[in-house]
Amino acid sequence: MLQVDGIQSFYGSSHILFGLSLTVNRGEIVCLLGRNGAGKSTTMKSIMGLVPPRQGSIRFKDENITGQKPYLIARMGMGFVPDDRRVFFDLTVDENLEISERRIEKSDSWNRDRVYDFFQPLKHIRSRKAGLLSGGEQQMLTIARALVTNPELLLLDEPTEGLAPMIVDMLEHRIRALRDAGLTILLAEQNQKTALGLSDRGYILDNGVIRYQGAIKDLQENEEVMRKYLLV
Amino acid sequence: MDFSTTITFNGLIQQFIVGLSRTTILFIVSSGLSLVLGVLRIPNVAHGSLYMLGAFLCYSVATLFGNSPIGFWFAILLAPIGVAIISLATERGLFCHLYDREHLMLLLFTFALMLIFHDAVKLIWGSEYRSLTPPVIFQGSLPILGMPFPKYNLFLLSIGPIVAVGLWFLTQRTKIGKIARAAAVDRDMVGAVGINVSWVFASVFVIGCFLAGLGGALVAPTQNITQGMDHTIIMEAFLIVIIGGLGNVWGALLGALIFGLTDSMGIMILPQFSIVFPYAAVVIVLIFRPKGLLRATW
Ligand SMILES: Nc1ncnc2c1ncn2[C@@H]1O[C@H](COP(=O)(O)OP(=O)(O)OP(=O)(O)O)[C@@H](O)[C@H]1O
Ligand SMILES: [Mg+2]
Repeated sequence: MLQVDGIQSFYGSSHILFGLSLTVNRGEIVCLLGRNGAGKSTTMKSIMGLVPPRQGSIRFKDENITGQKPYLIARMGMGFVPDDRRVFFDLTVDENLEISERRIEKSDSWNRDRVYDFFQPLKHIRSRKAGLLSGGEQQMLTIARALVTNPELLLLDEPTEGLAPMIVDMLEHRIRALRDAGLTILLAEQNQKTALGLSDRGYILDNGVIRYQGAIKDLQENEEVMRKYLLV
Repeated sequence: MDFSTTITFNGLIQQFIVGLSRTTILFIVSSGLSLVLGVLRIPNVAHGSLYMLGAFLCYSVATLFGNSPIGFWFAILLAPIGVAIISLATERGLFCHLYDREHLMLLLFTFALMLIFHDAVKLIWGSEYRSLTPPVIFQGSLPILGMPFPKYNLFLLSIGPIVAVGLWFLTQRTKIGKIARAAAVDRDMVGAVGINVSWVFASVFVIGCFLAGLGGALVAPTQNITQGMDHTIIMEAFLIVIIGGLGNVWGALLGALIFGLTDSMGIMILPQFSIVFPYAAVVIVLIFRPKGLLRATW
């Protein structure tokens, strides 16, 4: 579904991603692991078109989307949940979803009602300003906001960062439900428990380069890699 | 000077109402400026030129209809629409290609627009004064508290609240308004949920310019229509937007009230220094609220 091939990404003149490649197949949850500053978020932003790579290519659903505008990539079916959440602070929960909602011709498509069923707590605070929400509520809202665009691939950047264990459990549960509903997910995580528990395959990123890739089972057994590139 | 003889209660009320109708124009123009500033993050220096263009267009359309009452209504309506169309063409043709550039480029671009519009007005209308008489129903005055009050100013007074409610509805209740509020804070994220921000910007820009044109059309019957009216208004509008809070449309309303009322009250108290009052008010506001009265979106 997604093929990233040798991308080089920069912020201004600082070179962040050095020929990074990865693949995500339909129906998988693939995780991107790595320390602080490894380049996980930059990878996500490059795929979303927010930080377009200067070299390399990105293909999504067999179309070349390198250099494409983010709104067009989103309309093709890519949903983005950024690490800093970035809910629309000035708008209410419901308005956040209203402006993001994009209807598609599919019986089980996402709309506001379905999202409120999926994240029950949001229903009760639908008229509250998003800027006033707690971290967990904001996280539910960013995921909900991505869902109402009816994505086929969801880019989830550290969804559990800084949240209480109970909320982390709830979110993990919800993410699994999304996968069961047929969504493909690329997940960036620092929280290895979450990442390893959810994913089918994983990539380990360090200083903008993929150092390891493979099935989660193999990764868990590979203590050397885990120690070298992750904080174990 | 003996104040008690020159300032009567009724005189104050009259001056207050005159100030309020002037406030209407200031509010309409500066809310447009503030809207563009808040969402596109561009101080549109050409805003005053569009106001001037609105006034001249209003004059021409009204003249075209032989200054008939119907012609006046057409003029009030068509002038801002004409300004909106010109701004749409400018935005889609030139401006929208610059959004990714640095801020200074955008500012310089609007500066260039100001010069171009200024010369265009000079080319088309020449440099003489024009003036427009309001239709018969708006000529003369109505007695309010025993004081004659110009009918046209009353008409202006009724437009202010309509525009304010319209703007409230637009920004709070319509989808485009909600998107614009989101884009004002985080345009990348608005794009990432599949919204073409470029069109949102175009709409907001056009609405803002429409308001400049509307202000110009409405003011046309109350003063000489001249080259240079762009400079006065853009100064005032920027000050109003600054004291109100950058990008805050309600701040523009508050700022316009302060500016318009101190102006008209000043004329009453010290006519020869009246020009000082609104500027003094601006300074006082900024001493106590350097970021403006209401929350800036910047
Ligand atoms: N906007 C930016 N401008 C310049 N440099 C940036 C910017 N954002 C990130 N960086 C740098 O790019 C590198 C990779 O950052 P990135 O956010 O992709 O890492 P990450 O793996 O997501 O880290 P974390 O786990 O902390 O979220 C870091 O060295 C960071 O300092
Ligand atoms: Mg990150």
